[in-house]
Amino acid sequence: MDLNLTQEYVDFRAEVAQFLQAHKDAAPNRNDRSVSSEKRLAWQQILLAQGYAARTHPKEYGGYGAEPDALKARIIAEEFSRAKMPGGISGQGINMLVPTLLELGTQEQKDAYIKPTLEGKMVWCQGYSEPGAGSDLAAVKTSAVVDGDDFIINGQKIWTSTAQFADMMFCLVRTEPDAKKHQGISYILLDMKTPGIEVRPLMTMTGHAEFNEVFFTDVRVPTHSIVGNRGEGWMVANATLTHERGMLGDPDAALSRLHSIADIMKQEQLNGASLMDNDIYRDRLVQLQGEAYAMKMNGMRLTTLSSEKKSSGMAGLLVKLQGCELNHQMAELAIDVMGEYGMLYEDSPFVRDRGMWQTHYMFDLGLIIGGGSAQIQKNIISERGLGMPREPKPAKPAAQSTN
Amino acid sequence: MHFGLNEDQTMLQDSVGRYLEGASELALVRGFVDGDPALAAELQSGLMDLGVPFVLMPTEQGGLGMGVLEAALIQEALGRNVSPSPFTAAYGMVVIALRTCGDSDWLGRIASGEVVMGVGATEAIGAREGAGLALSGDKVSGRASFVMGAEAATHFLLTTGEQLLIVERGGAGIEEVALTTIDKTRHVVNLDLKAASAHLVSGNNHGEAQSKMIDTGRVLLAADSLGAASMMLEKAVAYSKDREQFNRPIGSFQAVKHMCAEMAAKLEPCRSLVWYAAYSQDHVPEEAALTSRLAKAHVSEIAKFVARTSTEVHGGMGFTDLLGLHYWFKRIGANRQLLGGPQAVREEAAQLQGWVA
Repeated sequence: MDLNLTQEYVDFRAEVAQFLQAHKDAAPNRNDRSVSSEKRLAWQQILLAQGYAARTHPKEYGGYGAEPDALKARIIAEEFSRAKMPGGISGQGINMLVPTLLELGTQEQKDAYIKPTLEGKMVWCQGYSEPGAGSDLAAVKTSAVVDGDDFIINGQKIWTSTAQFADMMFCLVRTEPDAKKHQGISYILLDMKTPGIEVRPLMTMTGHAEFNEVFFTDVRVPTHSIVGNRGEGWMVANATLTHERGMLGDPDAALSRLHSIADIMKQEQLNGASLMDNDIYRDRLVQLQGEAYAMKMNGMRLTTLSSEKKSSGMAGLLVKLQGCELNHQMAELAIDVMGEYGMLYEDSPFVRDRGMWQTHYMFDLGLIIGGGSAQIQKNIISERGLGMPREPKPAKPAAQSTN
Repeated sequence: MHFGLNEDQTMLQDSVGRYLEGASELALVRGFVDGDPALAAELQSGLMDLGVPFVLMPTEQGGLGMGVLEAALIQEALGRNVSPSPFTAAYGMVVIALRTCGDSDWLGRIASGEVVMGVGATEAIGAREGAGLALSGDKVSGRASFVMGAEAATHFLLTTGEQLLIVERGGAGIEEVALTTIDKTRHVVNLDLKAASAHLVSGNNHGEAQSKMIDTGRVLLAADSLGAASMMLEKAVAYSKDREQFNRPIGSFQAVKHMCAEMAAKLEPCRSLVWYAAYSQDHVPEEAALTSRLAKAHVSEIAKFVARTSTEVHGGMGFTDLLGLHYWFKRIGANRQLLGGPQAVREEAAQLQGWVA
């Protein structure tokens, strides 16, 4: 245990901070969600050249080619967050597709897709979930049937974020309907402008359409758009899940959220007294602070494990479950502190922060459900982390009749 | 930067863990609880052989001169094995207090094995029933309640709130009342003092020493609960794989798996929190007071959750004396109250941050 940074990292931190100071004007607004504005793309070019985006991706595909270094990655994240400046473009193309292609793509696929993706010029969406394939993702039914040099795709995807402005989609389709569930899937890349694709926004409880549904009607995609072989799609999709992904975000994010709630508690008044003077709310705040500290330290432990290329074990498995839950509880406290004002939303008179905490509260619940629900996380923690037995499969009807 | 245990720390953890696993097995703990003091003495001498009691003792006194993190690793192992040991008070809190005051005389007497001290710090945190001490000349009067580490104490380190003082056990004017708590693996007493002779600890920074002593004590209690809760989780998982109902191990039911997953997911970050809280006592002074309180409060809450959930996973057997699971349950229950319950400690944390008007 030694939390001091060696000189190399002290220098690196100073270098990042200095760079950010010098480039304040070039950075787009952090909250600007339009992924492909000109300023955003120019900023991405600057970050790529500096090695603050796509840092470890190979140079030949537009990356910076640095050795993986979890601590430097963390320092970059911390300094960008401290400067309140937006980091490099992330998203499912860079986080999921690029590692997949690097590992399993053909040379043509690597050449065609990686560089423009890293540059932010090619935006991807992920076509995995379907109405009947959520937690049980391998149950995907969207079909791809070979016709000459093409697949013909029919079916529906759901929970497809960024589909409305994505150029491309990587998706899981069923190419071998007679094979076993996991062996009948293929991983296919397709252009979102292909005829027969319809994107419909999916309005959620927050009042925004953070997701879409995507419908496929006789969509023709060349057969060379497949990554890996036919029937290997499940393996291709899972290959990159073993990479560290997005887990090592800003370790101070939860604590900085907590401190903004502390500020709200000092400002908000009930019967002329600050809410911070209320013992019950204050106790809830410190309870969450203990948890936020524990999660921060768990994150630091993960950084060290990752830089030593050691397995993250239980400390890694719990991050999604506990992190989302903590954020949700913090939003809950912020709303309770504001009382009736906490229910104001959108552009209501007297609304605080445009109802941001309600948005967090609802969106964080979405995150608890999405990307592997809390219940699926608990299955993973108990089976992979604790070695507990899997739930037995229900007996087939034929077998039942013999009982 | 390296967040984790280094090789020496891992070795220390392993060797203490291995020793206690054999020497402090449940049958022996039961013997201690039933009134046989042999085990505690044997454990103490075994730990002495490993050098464990002198982990925080400065090297000038022949100690190991290590930090609170190393002490926390030892304490975690003691908690895992519900070992009867006065370590928290006698070799954690006392040594930190005397070290801070620079009292090499008393440190030397502890290092030689001549003196073992219990600690009464309850009233420095919160007094009930009018307890508390007052010093007049070199005589001390009043009550020190819930004095820790009474197992083998020859002396007690007490506080008036401002001053740290030492009294000899069984001295004139000292009436000792043994308390029966839920946790029979450790001994706690009340001391009623009437003009008892007191030795003032040397140095003039008693306030600082008292704060550091309590901060360290809280980190160690958190570590003890972390160890005890980790063991309870492991026992629950093992039992659930073994125990069958409806022709299958109960551990294959999601209801049971999810209970275990929740315990693990809440408990594992506590390990990092305890490591950091312990490390900061020696290396991040500006965070030491806050992290000690957050660790004590947060680990107390999570350990309580693990204690009840693990007991539930064990079903009726968890409720019996046969498995002895209740020794861990009760150890966690006592740690929660000692040196301040979670609400009181969180209020102190709020005060530290200027959140209390």
